[in-house]
Amino acid sequence: MRPVLLIDFGSTYTKATAVDLDQEVILGTSPAFTTSDSDIGEGLTHALDRLCEKTGVLDYTARLACSSAAGGLRMMVSGLVPELTAQAAKLAALGAGAKICRVFSHGLSRRDLEEIQADPPDIFLLTGGTDGGNRECIIGNAEKLATLTVRFPIILAGNRNAVDDCEDFLSEFPVTLCPNVMPHFGELDIEPVQREIRKLFLSRIVSARGLSKTQELLSGILMPTPSAILSAMVLLAGGTDREPGLGDLMAIDVGGATTDVYSIGWGEPDDINIILKGFEEPYAKRTVEGDIGVRYSAQGIVNETGLSQIACQAEVTEDQVQALLLELTCDKSLVARKCGDAIGRLDDALAAGAVDIATRRHAGTLSEVYTVTGVVPVQTGKNLRRIRRIILTGGPLIHADDPLAIARRALFSDSCPMSLRPLHAEILMDSQYILSAMGVLAEREPDVALRIMKKELVRLGECRATDGDRRVAGPNIK
Amino acid sequence: MEELNGKKLVIGVIGADVHAVGIRILDYAFRGAGFEVTNLGVMVSQEEFIGAAVETNADAIIVSSLYGHGELDCRGLREKCDEAGLTGILLYVGGNIVVGKQDFEDVEKRFRAMGFDRVFPPGTSPEEAIQMLNQDLEVE
Ligand code: B12
Repeated sequence: MRPVLLIDFGSTYTKATAVDLDQEVILGTSPAFTTSDSDIGEGLTHALDRLCEKTGVLDYTARLACSSAAGGLRMMVSGLVPELTAQAAKLAALGAGAKICRVFSHGLSRRDLEEIQADPPDIFLLTGGTDGGNRECIIGNAEKLATLTVRFPIILAGNRNAVDDCEDFLSEFPVTLCPNVMPHFGELDIEPVQREIRKLFLSRIVSARGLSKTQELLSGILMPTPSAILSAMVLLAGGTDREPGLGDLMAIDVGGATTDVYSIGWGEPDDINIILKGFEEPYAKRTVEGDIGVRYSAQGIVNETGLSQIACQAEVTEDQVQALLLELTCDKSLVARKCGDAIGRLDDALAAGAVDIATRRHAGTLSEVYTVTGVVPVQTGKNLRRIRRIILTGGPLIHADDPLAIARRALFSDSCPMSLRPLHAEILMDSQYILSAMGVLAEREPDVALRIMKKELVRLGECRATDGDRRVAGPNIK
Repeated sequence: MEELNGKKLVIGVIGADVHAVGIRILDYAFRGAGFEVTNLGVMVSQEEFIGAAVETNADAIIVSSLYGHGELDCRGLREKCDEAGLTGILLYVGGNIVVGKQDFEDVEKRFRAMGFDRVFPPGTSPEEAIQMLNQDLEVE
């Protein structure tokens, strides 16, 4: 037996998973243990005690971790044009597992600077201009950031003809230079920035967050939790040299405050007559909806879905929804509730709404442009219609009464026919919450992590946008 | 490829126009003449032209229109450029910019009133455009 311990430090919980590398099995998982931001070590001790009750005492050969504790990796990004370099910067940071508190475009205003000063980010990503392009914006912003009295790491990844001047202004900040996120118009180069974000996370942010107290216990805190999940999904889709992956896929993580959507695949148009607009989005794409979640952000779901529809789905009156919402938004715990009662049904209706909204915002869209000759189809963003697997994770989905029905809301729908969401897909459930742990393990043992995921993810069935779903009894993938 | 002349162009076919061949030829010709070209291809909106010109710090925007709706598509481009801080950027338009055979002098007047610096009649060769660009952008 070669047991490895994988730890996920969350903002409200700490989870531990024990894996045996030889048998390629999960030895045990601790229940999500509520912790406070102030004492991460305490939560870990509890989680390890509970794990030990299940697995017995194990002599771990490695202890690896990911973390979204203390608010996660808080980033601000700035670019020039909102749809271009600012968007590129945002995609880069999201893909690296950051929580984005602000996206700035064009010049920073006095108010923007006050906001940064009052609540500085863990990392600031400064971009703007293609190589050889606009210099004024990024240099101006560097000069303005230099007037602040707070200090934070800055990643400089803009017009290469402007970075020297920026560095001069930012001499009092820890600055890391990276290749431009958009070296040429419409072309993304975000991986170097993402590597740098990970390095900074390890070297600076982890120690600043009280996580280093637990460090002697670990062989390494590896990455921000969302980045671990993204790694796990890339591995599951693409496989390794020795172990095939499942092909293009999506993952949806509904939480209390946010909903994350991941898509792995290039998302090219279905046929050559479709004209692609906008820049090519990343193969591994992550989006986060900060206003969509089933607790703290429940109101965001109701606002977009409509009170009457939520009430109808939850089979309660609109007044009841409003009363229950008050209760839910204050409850941070996401405790499992009694199935079938009103709050349970409302929870499921909210989760379904979250899946619908977040996947719509994540997927590309098709539009029809009417010309003299007829209709010309134009695609922007990723085409996910041919994706055939969706992985569900996060408490609200894992504990839902009918997760398959909720998952169907991630698919093509008649009410939103131009959204390029999957037509039908096999739905897999991360019922043991192992995705982040597998993402961390993937750093060291990708083959093992992949095989464990294939074994442990539970097949719920096949979801179809049009004619009903097919449920399967068997738990595992082939 | 010839040496770069240091000038940057953003080119594309405006509106819902799908004529894809001419713009490739222009792209090739402009690059050959030493320009740095950002080719946005076909079906390009005014916003895309402007976004690309802002990020790349372009010296000129070259609009092509072949399907006859150029006049509608081009309206307001100069004003949007001003709004985006591209004050005074060189604007060219060419191709088959209006429907049918109209008196070109009249057409030119209308497009110049819209803020285009140069308006080219059907059949203009890329070389003529390059000559004008060299002159207007003071390429020696
Ligand atoms: C091939 C073609 C098509 C193909 C396009 C395929 C494709 N994806 O590229 C298809 C069948 C799709 C098509 C459709 C239509 N077409 Co058509 N098409 C042509 C055709 C036969 C050739 C175009 C071409 O490729 N030429 C070769 C290239 C190299 O030349 P070019 O495009 O003119 O570009 C050169 C110059 O004009 C110049 N230039 C271009 N832009 C600019 C800009 C500047 C600033 C400068 C300086 C120079 C410049 O430089 C280029 C390189 O040398 C022309 C007729 C013709 N012989 O020109 C009609 C033509 C352009 N089409 C025409 C029309 C009307 C249409 C349709 C509206 C037809 C319809 N009613 O169904 C649709 C519109 C579809 C749309 N939404 O865009 C008309 C336009 C008439 C007008 N403006 O008044 C033309 C002129 C035919 C005609 N005589 O009626 N078309």
